[in-house]
Amino acid sequence: MATIATNIELHNHEVEHVDIHRYEEHEESFITKYVFSQDHKMIARQYLITAMVMAVIAMIMSIVFRLQLAWPGEKFAFINWVMGDKWGKDGILDPNAYLALVTMHGTIMVFFLLTGGLSGTFSNLLIPYQIGARDMASPFINMLSYWFFLVSSVIMVISLFLPDGAASPGWTIYPPLSALPEAMPGSGLGMDLWLVSMALFIASALMGGLNYIITVINYRTKGMKMTRLPLTVWAFLITAIIGLLSFPVLLSCALLLLSDRLLGTSFYLSDIYIGGRPLDYSGGSPILFEHLFWFLGHPEVYIVLLPALGITSEIIANVSRKPIFGYRAMIGSMLAIAFLSFIVWGHHMYVTGMNPFLGSVFVFTTLLIAIPSAVKAFNYLTTLWKGNIQYTPAALFSIGLVSSFVTGGVTGIILADSTLDITFHDTYFVVGHFHIVMGLSAIFGMFAGVYHWFPKLYLRMMNKKLGYIHFWLTFISAYGVFFPMHFLGTAGVPRRYYTNSEFPMFDALYDINVVITISAIIGALAQGIFIFNFFYSMFRGPKAPQNPWKANGLEWTNPVANIHGNWSGELPTVHRWAYDYSKPGYEDDFVPQTVPLKEGEIDGGGHH
Amino acid sequence: MKLLIVLAVILFILAIHQLLKVIEFAREIRKTKEWEPTDSENDLMGTLMLLFGISFIGLFFYQINRWYDKSLPDAASEHGKHIDDLLFWNLILISFIFVVVNALLFYFAYKYRGNKNRKAVYYADNSKLEMLWTVIPASALAFIIIFGLKYWNEITAPSEEKNPVIVELYAKQFDWTARYPGKDGKLGTTDFRHIEGSNPVGLDTTDKSGFDDLLVKNEFHIPVGKEVVFYFRSRDVIHSAFMPHFRAQMNCVPGMVTTFKFKPTKTTKEMRQDPYVQNLMKQINEQRAKEGKEPVEFDYVLLCNKICGASHYNMQMKIVVETEQEFKEWLNQQKAFKTLATK
Repeated sequence: MATIATNIELHNHEVEHVDIHRYEEHEESFITKYVFSQDHKMIARQYLITAMVMAVIAMIMSIVFRLQLAWPGEKFAFINWVMGDKWGKDGILDPNAYLALVTMHGTIMVFFLLTGGLSGTFSNLLIPYQIGARDMASPFINMLSYWFFLVSSVIMVISLFLPDGAASPGWTIYPPLSALPEAMPGSGLGMDLWLVSMALFIASALMGGLNYIITVINYRTKGMKMTRLPLTVWAFLITAIIGLLSFPVLLSCALLLLSDRLLGTSFYLSDIYIGGRPLDYSGGSPILFEHLFWFLGHPEVYIVLLPALGITSEIIANVSRKPIFGYRAMIGSMLAIAFLSFIVWGHHMYVTGMNPFLGSVFVFTTLLIAIPSAVKAFNYLTTLWKGNIQYTPAALFSIGLVSSFVTGGVTGIILADSTLDITFHDTYFVVGHFHIVMGLSAIFGMFAGVYHWFPKLYLRMMNKKLGYIHFWLTFISAYGVFFPMHFLGTAGVPRRYYTNSEFPMFDALYDINVVITISAIIGALAQGIFIFNFFYSMFRGPKAPQNPWKANGLEWTNPVANIHGNWSGELPTVHRWAYDYSKPGYEDDFVPQTVPLKEGEIDGGGHH
Repeated sequence: MKLLIVLAVILFILAIHQLLKVIEFAREIRKTKEWEPTDSENDLMGTLMLLFGISFIGLFFYQINRWYDKSLPDAASEHGKHIDDLLFWNLILISFIFVVVNALLFYFAYKYRGNKNRKAVYYADNSKLEMLWTVIPASALAFIIIFGLKYWNEITAPSEEKNPVIVELYAKQFDWTARYPGKDGKLGTTDFRHIEGSNPVGLDTTDKSGFDDLLVKNEFHIPVGKEVVFYFRSRDVIHSAFMPHFRAQMNCVPGMVTTFKFKPTKTTKEMRQDPYVQNLMKQINEQRAKEGKEPVEFDYVLLCNKICGASHYNMQMKIVVETEQEFKEWLNQQKAFKTLATK
């Protein structure tokens, strides 16, 4: 036995030796360092900057259509400036352009910011750092993943400038609207580019996801058991698995639609008379599309949300100077959410004509998700309880996430109920719900992550006071935008209406839309503070110390430098879980994972 | 003028640049860990959290107070009352959770704000607590699921009425056509290949049961107190027939026939007398007067609630609910398909 053990150790040592060489051998050129980089840290930065550019585009879009919704028919020089004379003639938004804007806003925010941007940035940055690996399992595929993401982003942006406009059938692109160019201008070339861009995006997500999974499973450093992983890594791992299982379905869904559009097949189309003539399609069903789309579409919600929850779990423990409460329950609830996320997609389809019995099954599975979600929310609360909360900007955004997760989560209980969904389906109640629970939570998590790990990204610190102002303006205006939407919903206002003024029944709600738009403008301007802080700190912020937040994770054990291979010497060895904050028997209120256990000390938050 | 603006911008940037230099210089001298929150900053942020929590919950009630009388009137259909009841109790439940959890969160954020002289409590796990907040939501959900599914099954069950009123709502970009079966009580078969100017819903011209079908545009009528069974079809893209006052909605899917049934409980006239509706209409007409628009009376309406193209926002049809007698008279005035087609 002993010899076998020694052999394995020797073997490990050799691997380690080769590993270091792999990263130290050559000087890098500008191209390999900044452009076609295979270094996980550089790829994380590339993802982040790309996603920020996309997010700003999508945010400006939202301001344009919010102006239209609050003051329909008014002329805005801003609309004319953004949309040009074709789509914003005299400063009034064109109805087709409105639909293109809401479609592209949704697409970019969901996929390019909150999927590609969030997972791409933080999985890449944190997985190797926090598990003690020199890089991803396959740095080359990791690089390809980013470049597919970039090309996909570029194609999506190019589609905005087509003569007929970008795709406009809503981000859910239901056929036949998305399949027939006769149905709307946006269903022309814009839709083809949307589908091509999404196919590339999926390829990118799959390459990234495979890498994340393999890296977490195989590349953990000595002592880093699965039960010692920070919750961030658990979240990224589970997210990648969900993505791996669901994105291929979206790919087939998109390819079948492309085929209906270009090759004349009838997967989703039947019995259609449009543009003054009957079409030849027969036997297809739009419901099939909806099933395929939401089979990804719902897990997608958790692809967006789980990384944010992982990030804030880590940050809340760190800033409260307390162990995360219920570490194993947190992992268990993430696994439960991941599993359930695959059997709830039908709750988007209660009133589509799907069999009502099927609807009742989905009611049951959907409401079950509330249980692990509630466990997570209460565990956050208990972590804060009797803590010693250090108010960094990351702490503020993390607490913001807990609030939005609960506030947006409870309205999900209403929408999950098929009976109540009859009246709320596709109204502003839904828009309010998912923006708060998914949009705000995910973006708050992302902001928290950027403020917290900025020293690992750019080796400098972000400005705290600007962070404070950014948080409060964002937090208040975000609720100002999305909370009042519920009241539009209870009045029956449908989403994706260019204006509500064609229905007298909505006239008394005029002021709600004004409140929403003014909040949106304030919120958008506040992001200018963040962008300034981000780029200013990147070049001029104070130099980061090794462990600015007094944190336990491995990412704070390496020197403050961009070392290709992450640690200059041997990889660190892990002796404990990541959450020994304020542990009795230690002078400091944190115990890094590399500190060996004392004699008789129990790991993982256990007591004597 | 433009030159002045450019100059002002340049000066502004220069001023900021100088200011930043001063700040950076001061930082060099002080050598503080400026990213670490000080106790006074923790106090400030903690207090702001508390203030936010109070205003957040306060504004929640303010919004209810300001906008509740602008939401939909009580359901005007039999099953809709069940939906309203269920919604009421659900709203009470989620408002309670929302208020309590947010209150705790922002209170903790204030109470446990950082202080150099304190140390956090090492408290990593408690399986009893975790069991507690697994079981409580689970039992609350059981209540929701049981009642929700009971009503859902009733609402979606096939009609048991012997002679229900049958209405087909036919959607296209961007209007609705209503079709009644006529004297024989049967809707004629259709095929999209038969669609033409005089045959807008594609009735099969060889099927006699369709000859007496009545096609109606702009507004359709239904009788109060009788079950109405709707069939929905679409000729081009997915639409959604949304009748919010009756708590009714179903998608119209090309290639499929979907269905929904409800029993209206109030005529249009009765609704116009309802105090809640009168107050709502008063507010609506006040706003319309401000915008220089004509005043309106209450009407039931059918909306399209699935994105369907450029004029999605204006795809509507008026619904009139009246007594059975009035309904029959109205129906008699409508033209049958055959007379329409031969013209």
